[in-house]
Amino acid sequence: MTRRQILDLYFLDARHKLVELAAFLDRVERAGGAEDFRLRDFRTAAALLGSKKRGKAKAVLLTFSDPTRKPLTKAEGKGSLGAWKRK
Amino acid sequence: MRYIEPHAHMVSRTTDDYERMALAGCEAVCEPAFWAGYDRSSPAGFFDYFCQLTQHEPKRAAKFGVKHFCWLCINSKEAEDVKLAEEVIELVPSFLQSENVLGIGEIGLNKNSRNELKVLERQIELAAKHRQLILVHTPHLEDKLKGTRLILDVLKNDSRISPERVIIDHVEEHTVEMVLDCGMWAGMTLYPETKATPARAIDILELYGSERLWLNSACDWGISDPLAVPKTALEMKKRGHAAKAIEHVVFANPKRFLSQSAHFKLD
Repeated sequence: MTRRQILDLYFLDARHKLVELAAFLDRVERAGGAEDFRLRDFRTAAALLGSKKRGKAKAVLLTFSDPTRKPLTKAEGKGSLGAWKRK
Repeated sequence: MRYIEPHAHMVSRTTDDYERMALAGCEAVCEPAFWAGYDRSSPAGFFDYFCQLTQHEPKRAAKFGVKHFCWLCINSKEAEDVKLAEEVIELVPSFLQSENVLGIGEIGLNKNSRNELKVLERQIELAAKHRQLILVHTPHLEDKLKGTRLILDVLKNDSRISPERVIIDHVEEHTVEMVLDCGMWAGMTLYPETKATPARAIDILELYGSERLWLNSACDWGISDPLAVPKTALEMKKRGHAAKAIEHVVFANPKRFLSQSAHFKLD
């Protein structure tokens, strides 16, 4: 597909998602309380979107990922939070 | 268009879903053993579940002309209790001759703990001993990168495991390359909120080729869509992919991998 065709197919959807992200940041910044690791990584990942480098989806996913290699001593719970909480 | 749903937890879905999938062209559905949303209290709970997967669910699917296959194991979310896991693993061999069992799965990791790894190794041992295909669940979200690396290390270090007989599921942009580089198959799961969307899955197909990739909905009791595969086929059509290329991904590819099991027969 050409760049124009990709824009025709996905631009409105991507624009919608970008506005949602902006509104999310406005919402969380209006609220009281401290920032946490999720918001810290979110801001880091969002900054990657302005880059002209390819591989932005991978870079965003890596921003939220646990980069360590050693297995945990024990699984505490089953769920995931979406961002890695550094010990 | 005909397609195979290679990963769906139909015990959690309604009969209406079977009908909708059949209407969309689904010829076969493959159901890995997984977490029920709560921890079972004993091996007997798993025994009943394995009976459901091998005896009851195929009949429910057959009412809509859909073939039902399954994978058996203890899932990683219940693997922290090693004693329970070992007792469940002992149950599996007696089910392996059931005509709809394709292999051991979905084994893998959830929080990347030592006990989960120990149970993963036991189940890889089980697959090697009984010459079974392997379907691997990779962890969610922030745990996926680390878990995928740990899983690949275990599999690569076992010389009895042929990489082409292993599918690593739930890959995303940051894990797909390392899986394909090992010679294994990679599954892309299409979820509305996590994992991959149809558009991103097609991006990955365009970047890495479709030789050893498949698509699945992994529909279960959570937010998921049993029609995610045919919806992605439609998205591929919008993106200009030819009908033959689409069928290759949604039908021929899963058929090629799954046909390595003598139990996988569509006719």
